[in-house]
Amino acid sequence: MTIDWSWIGDHTDDLTTLTISHLQAALTAVFLGVLISLPLAVIAHRVRPLRGFLLGVSNVLFTIPSIAVFVLLLPVSGLTRTTTVIGLTIYTLVVLLRNTVEGLDSVPVKAKEAAKAMGTRPLRTLLTVEFPLALPVIMAGVRIATVMSISLVSVATYIGDGGLGQLFTDGFQRNFPTPVIVGVVLTLLLAVVADAALVALQYVLTPWRRRRA
Amino acid sequence: MYELFKNLGAWLVGGEQWAGPDGIAHRLAEHLQYSLLATLIATAIGLPLGLLIGHTGKGAFLAINLASFGRALPTVGLVVLVFLAGGLSMLPVYVALVALAVPAIVTNTYAGMTAVDPDVKDAARGQGMRGHQVLLQVELPLALPLIMTGLRLALIQVVATATIAAYVSFGGLGRYVFDGLAQRDLVQVLGGAVLVAVVAVALDLALSALQRFLFRHRTA
Repeated sequence: MTIDWSWIGDHTDDLTTLTISHLQAALTAVFLGVLISLPLAVIAHRVRPLRGFLLGVSNVLFTIPSIAVFVLLLPVSGLTRTTTVIGLTIYTLVVLLRNTVEGLDSVPVKAKEAAKAMGTRPLRTLLTVEFPLALPVIMAGVRIATVMSISLVSVATYIGDGGLGQLFTDGFQRNFPTPVIVGVVLTLLLAVVADAALVALQYVLTPWRRRRA
Repeated sequence: MYELFKNLGAWLVGGEQWAGPDGIAHRLAEHLQYSLLATLIATAIGLPLGLLIGHTGKGAFLAINLASFGRALPTVGLVVLVFLAGGLSMLPVYVALVALAVPAIVTNTYAGMTAVDPDVKDAARGQGMRGHQVLLQVELPLALPLIMTGLRLALIQVVATATIAAYVSFGGLGRYVFDGLAQRDLVQVLGGAVLVAVVAVALDLALSALQRFLFRHRTA
């Protein structure tokens, strides 16, 4: 199995387009996942009876095979980018919800009591005390969700999307390994780069943790 | 939409769909066969590795990075790659499924081993137990609940992903998904997807019930 380097040189434009489209699908899904899971996590954290239910539902959603999720969405949103993004978002929810709830749980009670004693309103406490303190655990979830989404985008190649995943179908149909190797390598690279970017983002967002480290 | 679900219901319960070599019963058996064999191979690789890393404390870096590498590796790409390299056989499917399952098993085994109370290990050594005795008689039993969680996660992921066998022209429940996609037969595609999802969810529920039963006397 040899790599046809000239193919890579001839297709740099296509590869760039696919990489951007791949990253766009994954990041949109993670962004939506965060938007949905934050309020749900607050509910699960505050209302104990709903906690088991919300985490249970997200766990069951996670067991559904990704290809099945994409296919089951076809009657709703058809062969479109929307289907890809919805499918990926569903997958991010499990990790994001669990980590955000755990993060909120890990906030020291004393910090919350101090905020209350100073007359801080509950919403403000949530935004300025609880979320910042929960951020490391939440970000750990965001990192897992991002890497997972980047890997999963390629499954959407079966429904005609899939970013770099299209290289797998292409290589398979033409019995030509180069695009497949390039696709796998670029996917892994994207995951590494995105993960490093999130580590950097967390460093910027949590200045109070730097002195300790 | 209503018409579609009615047809889907009819497809799932139709007697002719369940019989014969293309029938659901046979495809289901194939699907379970691929999944169980792949998980078994992955356990044979991942369990000793996780136990070794946990027991010696060496290679923790490997265990943690293996998990993120496993998450990042695109399964479809891996299957196609091994297929193109090795030709038409079940090998690509098993390679991809095993590669998917090993990280989950290693990291959970390792997590279970690190969660064992160091005082308990010290006590075992103090009583004169050898390294392998501590591992097999103390650490392994205490780590077992987390190890089983890892095996369960791995099996569920493998069942969900075994759909891919049909992509490289083998059987299993993925057959309906890919044949349906090729024939523009949405009912068949949905039927296959629903079956895979039901099998995955049912296995997960059954295994977590088994886990709860086996470890019902433990507090943690």
